Amino acid sequence: MTIGLTHYLMLGAILFAIAIFGLFLNRRNVIVMLMCVELVLLAVNINFLAFSAYLHDLTGQVFSLFILTVAAAESAVGLAILVVFFRNRHSVEVDDAAMMKG
Amino acid sequence: MNELLSTFAANPTPFIEGMMFYLLSAVLLFSALMVITVGHNAVHAVLFLILAFFNAAGLFILLGAEFVAMTLVIVYVGAVAVLFLFVVMMLDLDFKGLKRKASFYMPIGLIVGAIFASELIMMVIGLNYPHQSVLAAAPIQADATAALSNTEALGRILYTQYFLPFQMAGIVLLVAMIGAIVLTYHSKKDGTAVRRQKIATQTNRDPASVLQIKKVESGKGVSL
Repeated sequence: MTIGLTHYLMLGAILFAIAIFGLFLNRRNVIVMLMCVELVLLAVNINFLAFSAYLHDLTGQVFSLFILTVAAAESAVGLAILVVFFRNRHSVEVDDAAMMKG
Repeated sequence: MNELLSTFAANPTPFIEGMMFYLLSAVLLFSALMVITVGHNAVHAVLFLILAFFNAAGLFILLGAEFVAMTLVIVYVGAVAVLFLFVVMMLDLDFKGLKRKASFYMPIGLIVGAIFASELIMMVIGLNYPHQSVLAAAPIQADATAALSNTEALGRILYTQYFLPFQMAGIVLLVAMIGAIVLTYHSKKDGTAVRRQKIATQTNRDPASVLQIKKVESGKGVSL
């Protein structure tokens, strides 16, 4: 029962699908949507690191570090936008962010 | 059962590592499911997110990527998840009303999630990679001569081959920091603490106070 690349890729695929499902399920709460985006990026990281170990190449780990950086920046800016949005509308629902809709 | 025991007796380390993989991934998937389903209580969702990241870090250690695993724990559990907790506690949300319309998006979410899962799994099966263990390999080396730890090997290529992308990552973080500060900055002096739409002021504008109509003679100009 050695654990191969396929096991890790399956794990990444299932985690990715769960996170995508969560994006649709939590349309009323932007905070949980941001968490789902973090889970998507985690699934991508799992794939990068699995291929890095499989191919004996460090590049996957370097890219995984860059993904971590971008994910941190994304969540910081996303939460800042969320705070401003909540101050204006007193709500965290995506459907309320339609100020410019005619 | 006997087969499992004989496998374990023959070579205990891969057996334990395989068991660890299944345990960590089971908890990871469970906590991911909890994150998306306890949306009416965002604090619980954040705590399950932390659990998910811890398990992912364990999986990364099994892969031999210790540095990324430790970065995951420090950056995500130490910074991002705490940021989420701060925001959840600061916003004073009404979680009671959040559950109402969840079932409306349930079918389309299930369909899209199932499509993604089946596509990805079919692709993984279809590619059919040759089976070899990816666990507990010797640390991957940037060049064959040196025998370095994972962190050292990563540092060697991060500061040479990937130096410019590394600097760019720093710039991305700087821009994100400035952006977050600008977005949430309160200035109390001019009364515009929060940039908010003032509907009353907008609708009370009348043409007489904001509009001047002047007849301009040709070649003369006009003084305002």
